[in-house]
Amino acid sequence: MAERALLVEGLGKQYRLGAREASYRTLRDAVTDAFLAPVRRVAHQFRRQAPAIPQSRPTIWALKDVSFEVAPGEMVGIIGKNGAGKSTLLKILSRVTEPTEGSVEIRGRVGSLLEVGTGFHPELTGRENVILSGAILGMRRAELTRKFDEIVAFSELDEFLDTPVKHYSSGMFVRLAFAVAAHLDPDLLLVDEVLAVGDAAFQRKCVAKMLEVGRGGRTVLFVSHNLGMVNALCGRALLLRDGRVAAAGTTEAVIARYLESEELRAGVALEDRTDRSGNGVLRFTEMQVLGADGQPMDVVMSGQRVRVRLAYRAAPEAVLENVFFQVLFGTLFGQNLFVCLTRACGGNFARLPPVGRIVCEIPVLPLAPGSYRLSLTGKVGEVIADELTEAVHLTVIEGDFFGSGRLPPSSSGPILVQHRWLVDGESAASRGTSGDPAAPARY
Amino acid sequence: MGAGHPDVEHLTASPGAVSWPAGATAVSVIRPSRGWVSLQLGELWAHRELVYFFTWRDIKVRYKQTLLGASWAVLQPTFTMVIFSLFFGRLARVPSDGVPYPLFAFAALVPWTLFANGLTHGSNSLVESAGLLKKVFFPRLALPIASVGASVVDFLFAFGVLLIMMLYYGRTPTVAVVWLPLLLLLALITVLGVSLWLAAINVQYRDVRYAVPFITQLWLFATPIAYPSSLLSQPWRTVFGLNPMVGVVEGFRWALVGTATAPGPTVLVSAAAAALLLVSGAFYFRRMERVFADIA
Repeated sequence: MAERALLVEGLGKQYRLGAREASYRTLRDAVTDAFLAPVRRVAHQFRRQAPAIPQSRPTIWALKDVSFEVAPGEMVGIIGKNGAGKSTLLKILSRVTEPTEGSVEIRGRVGSLLEVGTGFHPELTGRENVILSGAILGMRRAELTRKFDEIVAFSELDEFLDTPVKHYSSGMFVRLAFAVAAHLDPDLLLVDEVLAVGDAAFQRKCVAKMLEVGRGGRTVLFVSHNLGMVNALCGRALLLRDGRVAAAGTTEAVIARYLESEELRAGVALEDRTDRSGNGVLRFTEMQVLGADGQPMDVVMSGQRVRVRLAYRAAPEAVLENVFFQVLFGTLFGQNLFVCLTRACGGNFARLPPVGRIVCEIPVLPLAPGSYRLSLTGKVGEVIADELTEAVHLTVIEGDFFGSGRLPPSSSGPILVQHRWLVDGESAASRGTSGDPAAPARY
Repeated sequence: MGAGHPDVEHLTASPGAVSWPAGATAVSVIRPSRGWVSLQLGELWAHRELVYFFTWRDIKVRYKQTLLGASWAVLQPTFTMVIFSLFFGRLARVPSDGVPYPLFAFAALVPWTLFANGLTHGSNSLVESAGLLKKVFFPRLALPIASVGASVVDFLFAFGVLLIMMLYYGRTPTVAVVWLPLLLLLALITVLGVSLWLAAINVQYRDVRYAVPFITQLWLFATPIAYPSSLLSQPWRTVFGLNPMVGVVEGFRWALVGTATAPGPTVLVSAAAAALLLVSGAFYFRRMERVFADIA
């Protein structure tokens, strides 16, 4: 390739673990460290003869030896598990943070969408925020004046332009924010998962806008958990694993590599999670999503038989009677979609052993391709014993839900429902379009 | 998207020299930086509109949801002036270089308030915009510059009150008033210099937030606001100029209400001290900048 839009060579980023968690130190720590260091060293030498090595904090490489290049006009998806280094990569490319080693060469202007609403101030009005956010994202004043009406039209919020955005609903906020971002006109656009926001109609607009950007010869780097969307938008993809490039190439090939890798097959340990509530009479210890073949999977297909297997443990001495379980499926943005609960379906468990596993079976998974959030609740005797509102993220990919080999576009909503179409008055059998119309509905 | 075989090699970079077609769009290179780095004032200049927008935001937002709004800009120095006049002017009978004490104090309090407010906002500017620092690139210097710049609006309100007071006391400025813009610039250089130091330290050590009110209070009494610097004899009066606000405050009095103490060598010392603060502050800020996003 003679020209490249982006060239990344041997990129690495090292974080100090301490610096990442306790995000800042106090001056007192620094001063006491400075004063105590020589004392410690002397004390150390008295105790042992070996020379003291100043104790350095543990470090991790969030990114290591990452090299790739992108041709102008390409849309490249970046996939991988949480913590694989996707966001760190985008942060370096957008110059938010510096690499520890390696180099990057970028041709032209870079626009980055690492979050929705960058630079929005709640006290300012919609109009003011469009201008401010546009300027922060790198638009010139002349450019903003020129595109202002277009941005407002895209957001469909004309009548609320002079309202402070703190009075906006979250949906309105997102629409306005994306409208600004969509009108950036960069040579290289970096996008981090912001597409999956807003209602279905607005999502469709966002996808259309992304495609338009791609077709307009812009280069796009797109980070997402939504494999379906990456597949739809990007011709090429990059799989990151533990900060390294695990695979690169056509999107299908990389996604296939990702799906067959072992990393997705492990169950999710819940034992040590702290983001839970409840009295602890019962605790979830592990959760696995089992695919059609009964194997644990992180990724399942639309329409597949899915079983959620929950391992639990009772508190010592506790008796598990009248046990209620609930698995709630929702979007990553907090909207609940559907729920599976014992009380509605077969009743609560009258009595359970202190340690065990239960399975919730969904014969036909009614979810469109996308990423979802699973919340778990366990009650013993009507009291919440354990609750994890964001227990695990589940990725759903294309599957043959309708038995027709077709799925509606992902922007038409997350839920799939079995249904039939008939001409009124005729029987289903006389139409003979899909599979076996005489068969009972699969529910 | 291409069907067929996974083209795994395609995306992996080939090692070796890279040549870009001549005449193409500008190429930017990202590499790790080490040690002291250049100020990259060119980049800051390229983002001058952003500095303007940040300043505009800070002005707009500063008094939102306050009852008294922008009148705070006037109330603050005015009440301080009243208290100073009462305790230092009336009770302690502090000399005031032949000027009515309230005017003497207020002429100094107006630039001082600019300094104190600029310092408070400037030193917190990065921490308050931590979300931005983690999500989008722009020259970080834009934030403290805008914060300090926004304080100029408050200054103008207070300055209006000062003019009214001068009318009341029948004082007309001397020819020396032409120096006023330069004195204002000196004040801004000083507050920006200190703000750059404190803002950069603040990202790592949140102690700054607690230290700033204390620093401002001490600095207030280390500056001839309640008292004239003519209490000091030479050469100490010139040495006093190492505090750049001494030059600013005495300069304001000299230019506006015509005190006899032309700042002379003092203001030169102040200017040198302020320049040193600004340059060192800017370099320290740039040096710390690379970790802002990671620890903010």
